[in-house]
Amino acid sequence: MSDLFDILLTAGFWAATIRIVSPLIFGTLGELICERAGVLNLGIEGIMTVGAMSGWMWVYQGGDLWGGVLFAACMGGLFGLLHAIFTVYLGLSQHVTGIGITLFASSLSYFVYRMLLPNATTPPKIVPFQPIAVPYLSDLPIIGPALFTQSALTYLALAIVPVTWYVLFRTPVGLAVRMSGENPVAVEAQGINVLAVRTGAVMVGSAFMAIGGAFITMSWFDAFYFGMINGRGWICVALVIFASWRPGRALIGAVLFAGLEAMQVRAQQSAGAFIPYQFFLMLPYVMSIIAMIVMASRTKYPQALLVPFRRGERV
Amino acid sequence: MVIEPRQSVSILHAGLAPIWAILVSMIICAALINWAGAPVFEAYGLLVKGAFGSAFAIKETLTRSIPLIFTGLAVSVAFRAKFYNIGAEGQLYAGALAATFFGTGLVTMPAPLMIPFLVIVGALAGGALLIVPVLLKTHLKVDEVVTTLLLNFVVLLMVSYLIEGPWKDPMSLGWPQAASIIDEGVLPTLMAKGRLHLGLIIALIMAVLVWLMMRYTVQGYEIRAVGHNAKAAEFSGVRVNRTVIMTAMISGGLAGMAGVSETAGLKGYLTLDLSPGFGYTGIAVAMLAQLNPLAVIPAAVFLSAVYVGSDAMSRAVNIPTYIADVLVGVSVLAVLCSVMFSQYRIRWSK
Repeated sequence: MSDLFDILLTAGFWAATIRIVSPLIFGTLGELICERAGVLNLGIEGIMTVGAMSGWMWVYQGGDLWGGVLFAACMGGLFGLLHAIFTVYLGLSQHVTGIGITLFASSLSYFVYRMLLPNATTPPKIVPFQPIAVPYLSDLPIIGPALFTQSALTYLALAIVPVTWYVLFRTPVGLAVRMSGENPVAVEAQGINVLAVRTGAVMVGSAFMAIGGAFITMSWFDAFYFGMINGRGWICVALVIFASWRPGRALIGAVLFAGLEAMQVRAQQSAGAFIPYQFFLMLPYVMSIIAMIVMASRTKYPQALLVPFRRGERV
Repeated sequence: MVIEPRQSVSILHAGLAPIWAILVSMIICAALINWAGAPVFEAYGLLVKGAFGSAFAIKETLTRSIPLIFTGLAVSVAFRAKFYNIGAEGQLYAGALAATFFGTGLVTMPAPLMIPFLVIVGALAGGALLIVPVLLKTHLKVDEVVTTLLLNFVVLLMVSYLIEGPWKDPMSLGWPQAASIIDEGVLPTLMAKGRLHLGLIIALIMAVLVWLMMRYTVQGYEIRAVGHNAKAAEFSGVRVNRTVIMTAMISGGLAGMAGVSETAGLKGYLTLDLSPGFGYTGIAVAMLAQLNPLAVIPAAVFLSAVYVGSDAMSRAVNIPTYIADVLVGVSVLAVLCSVMFSQYRIRWSK
């Protein structure tokens, strides 16, 4: 046990936690925005792959880093639009569409990657986002290196949590989004186009997911690997439930998770001799399931989640 | 723009929906092939030739379709009850684990008993993996999609642990793989040449059995009733939770059999690359079959042909093999769309 406490006190552990949490924040907030508007987006795993590939490829082809992030976000938004056309306008099964988008988006990413780099045996590298030390604050012990010596994308991840909260809960746009997920008929009665609101929310949410994917190839690592997202998207879906659809709690949940993963990597080094590494790798998935079980009976789903809205149709 | 149900749905129209979906998917992939700089018609010609061009190719296509028939059936039964089991991949490996546990020397019986025994324990293991997700769904309303997906990763890591650790075959020269299934448990090949094995017969029998069950038994009727309208089914006396749990067990069991068939039939031993995503492709199979158990057979053969054929195609004209996965993904979306338009139509005027 004392080993674990020692880990908690190292700056390296906290720095790793904050790094691991960034893509989870983007992905979880993206999914949260979609679900708040009443659309489950299971395309997340594929959309994160698209973001990881397209952002990286942009930079590899000579573009600059922020251009890559923007490009990834646009690609994510496009797949979001595809998801919205199917689930919002055509009212098709959100489950099956989402899985279809994931299959399509991830295989397309791999296809394009192989197409553009047919002969790459070892994945080529880019120069990723570099850590920026915030003056003075980065000199603080432990939290200095952990919180204030991170890359710009991590600061962006931490910044969009309050922004998402503010937009969802303190602006008319946010109200329209949340009501589209609770009572679309009432939204329609206010003269607001539910279909447009939902489409917008899914596109913005998907753009967030894609930035989360881009973070992995552009700030965490510097190359694109096959199977790189490795279930992170599904973990985000579980985190949304764990967070009861609240951005603040999503941040807490994501940090808990990332901390567990960072701890797991370090514990592997000390306890790896006794416990096979596969059990450490299982932890995030098992914890996601447990998190859903713990929160399941206490949360209230958005009332119109999974329910397609057709104008003029009785509910 | 208004979407309204069609007054009458012609059987021809509904039956043709998957054909439309396949055509649309092939057109979209043609754009990618064109981008890759290969002549489209020649490429598709090579695909067909690679999948059906010789006796060997046909056998290979059929062999590859076996796990897809099982997972396709697993998904179609589950989706009929609106139980979204996306965990066929994990259940497949659970079945393979059970086959390896019992089939590598722990139990010895003559082949006519040993093979059914392995199939049954594999099915039980596949079903067992769904117990947690299905109880969470029926009792706590936890979405089964996420739990079944997450379990896929857990099971794969478990397989990785077992074949690198306690179950590692010492004779395998360092490769992480489990010991071979004993001779009595190996599914015999159907023809002298090629790898086509008894799994195909078992898969076809299961397809017919599932079709009979869905169509002619009370349980099948209840599964369909729950899928159409769970509330109405509840009011008319169907025990919804019990039906969903039963559906999950059947679905997991079918996926588990895929694992047995691959381990005891095709490979002979368990490895980590036993399934290149058969569980996920099963979703596409089921959707193309419109969840009809008998239609699962041609749908599985078709997608298997896409995989086998695209291997040959990508070797000949230098297109990344991922083209097959793209086609599978697009076909899921396309079939959703085409089935919908066979039942609804769009009226553009206000």
